[in-house]
Amino acid sequence: MGKVILEVNELTTKYVTRFNEDVYAVDHVSLKVEEGKSLGIAGESGCGKSTLALSLMGYYFAPLHYTSGEIIIDGQNITGMHPDTVRKNILGNEIAYIPQAAMNALNPTQKIIHFIEDVVQAHDPKVSKKEIYELARERFEVLGLPKEVLQRYPVELSGGMKQRTVIATSVILEPKILIADEPSSALDVTSQKMVIKMLRYMMEKGYVKAMIFITHELPLLYNVTDDIMVMYAGQIVEKGSSKQTVFDPIHPYAKGLMGSIIVPESGLKDTKLTAIPGTPPNLKKPPEGCRFAERCKFVTPECKRYPVDMKYLESDRSYRCIFTEEQLRKAYQND
Amino acid sequence: MTEKKSCLKGVGLTKVFGLGRNKNMAVDHVDFDFAEGEIVSIVGESGSGKTTLAKMLLGLINTTEGEIYFKSKKRDIRSQKAKKEYWTNIQAIFQDPFSSYNIFNKIDALFLDCINMRGGKKLPYEKKLEMMTEACSFVNLKFAELTNKYPFELSGGQMQRLMIARIFLLKPQILLADEPTSMIDACSRATILDMLLKLRNDTGMTIIFITHDIGLAYFVSDKVFIMEHGKFVESGTADEVILRPKEAYTKRLLNDVPKIHEEWDLSTVDIKAK
Ligand SMILES: Nc1ncnc2c1ncn2[C@@H]1O[C@H](COP(=O)(O)OP(=O)(O)O)[C@@H](O)[C@H]1O
Ligand SMILES: Nc1ncnc2c1ncn2[C@@H]1O[C@H](COP(=O)(O)OP(=O)(O)O)[C@@H](O)[C@H]1O
Ligand code: SF4
Ligand SMILES: [Mg+2]
Ligand SMILES: [Mg+2]
Repeated sequence: MGKVILEVNELTTKYVTRFNEDVYAVDHVSLKVEEGKSLGIAGESGCGKSTLALSLMGYYFAPLHYTSGEIIIDGQNITGMHPDTVRKNILGNEIAYIPQAAMNALNPTQKIIHFIEDVVQAHDPKVSKKEIYELARERFEVLGLPKEVLQRYPVELSGGMKQRTVIATSVILEPKILIADEPSSALDVTSQKMVIKMLRYMMEKGYVKAMIFITHELPLLYNVTDDIMVMYAGQIVEKGSSKQTVFDPIHPYAKGLMGSIIVPESGLKDTKLTAIPGTPPNLKKPPEGCRFAERCKFVTPECKRYPVDMKYLESDRSYRCIFTEEQLRKAYQND
Repeated sequence: MTEKKSCLKGVGLTKVFGLGRNKNMAVDHVDFDFAEGEIVSIVGESGSGKTTLAKMLLGLINTTEGEIYFKSKKRDIRSQKAKKEYWTNIQAIFQDPFSSYNIFNKIDALFLDCINMRGGKKLPYEKKLEMMTEACSFVNLKFAELTNKYPFELSGGQMQRLMIARIFLLKPQILLADEPTSMIDACSRATILDMLLKLRNDTGMTIIFITHDIGLAYFVSDKVFIMEHGKFVESGTADEVILRPKEAYTKRLLNDVPKIHEEWDLSTVDIKAK
């Protein structure tokens, strides 16, 4: 086993809305990412992927609140650290996050180089503009971005170029782990491929040591990650190698999700896609028992009685269901 | 086999936006002939002109050049009356189902409107109720649970199904679906695609499916048209275009889509290339 870069144990966080209602968006999530590896998070919209990403950074501000659990980055436990310390010492140089639609959030009146200056000086106000420019120019060069981009405004760049700029900037301080939230979902397939290639290259170059990749697009996730974690209603319902999770899922929800994959390959036209009826539960009042029970084909009264724990298999896989792997496989065969 | 009848045909269809230096050929002399009961996909990257073409087909914007033939007759919708008449034959669903109509209108009101549009205004309420119930069950929704609800109380997937139920009631000859699943999750997406297939199989409707996702296009359609910069660069049966593409552009699109059984070849892009 390689060195663990990020370890999260039983992390639970919630939103508290303006009406003082709790939204349980991340419930007892545990995960580990090793050096050189990339972990994918899959799940339908609203299941808590972005909230998990935010929660992983240990930086909480309303309406998001920490409840319990711990976060350890490269041996350093950051749980309970003061937000100012997290912002100054952790964000950007230990853990970096590229939020969903980050490229559209770039300040339109700010040149790219000024955006990078802000990022660097937030950590160390003493670094001179000249040093920052040199660093940015060198980094952009390695990552295949022309240095002219530094003097441009966001509107002057194409979507793909903007996204690559945001990504290059996110690793300027060489964080240990990078979390990319839907980094290519808004791009055309060719720009998407460029973005993926660049992310891989950054890992090779050692600008980041490990990566968490979030997307609801499963074929993409499969191609860029070593392991995949499937989330449903704030919980992890299955975790394993990307190959096993995509081709041989155990959990009924993961099974349904993988059965809905559409890729332009021969044989697709004869595939019967799985459809999962219904909608996920309201996270203000998640069910007591299995959160997937309302939509599960294999539900029994037992499923709804108590919270369902993860089952850990010897194959390094885990899933959250009351049934054994064997029972589930049999159920799928008879289905 | 009997020859399929033409349902919607376009000859040299063109749309130009702007003038002079700002001239933009959004749709550039496209030709096509969609047969009755066919599902055809129009696939292209964003900005390739798909929505502009859709709007011309729907009669929402004027064509700059070219002709449209509906059931082999030249379309003439210059008068309001002719336009209304045309819209009983062609209907659309869009990417964002919530944008399509007044979300403060209750759901049963939406359905009653459809029945009225089909000339069912004078029908007894029991008959209307029966029609609405049937339309809902076609898309696996329960009418009893929808009455008195507002659209914003539904999920995106449910709302898109409601839009299909609406089409089921209106029974146009052509349905134009512009990116109907791009805001919807994968597991609800399968449901929507199945419903479109069922709609065609049960009613013989012609469906024009517009998407940027070449996999979706392959899954649902009989024929595929690939659009690049306002032009159709390749077309044919779904198997021909997707499994045996001839044009470099089609090949590139297919190559750039991540697959799961075949390898996704990253070597075709070079981040260092200027
Ligand atoms: N600021 C917020 N306040 C309250 N609830 C929120 C907030 N942001 C997200 N949520 C809720 O938290 C849940 C998880 O959302 P999110 O993490 O964005 O999901 P995903 O990224 O998987 O689409 C959803 O039910 C969403 O409605
Ligand atoms: N109302 C409009 N005025 C001017 N240009 C437009 C208008 N609508 C679309 N365009 C341009 O036409 C081209 C095709 O756009 P569109 O049909 O929306 O493409 P797609 O649906 O394939 O993404 C784009 O270059 C777009 O900027
Ligand atoms: S616990 Fe029961 S309801 Fe939940 S996934 Fe397993 S079989 Fe389905
Ligand atoms: Mg998200
Ligand atoms: Mg469009």
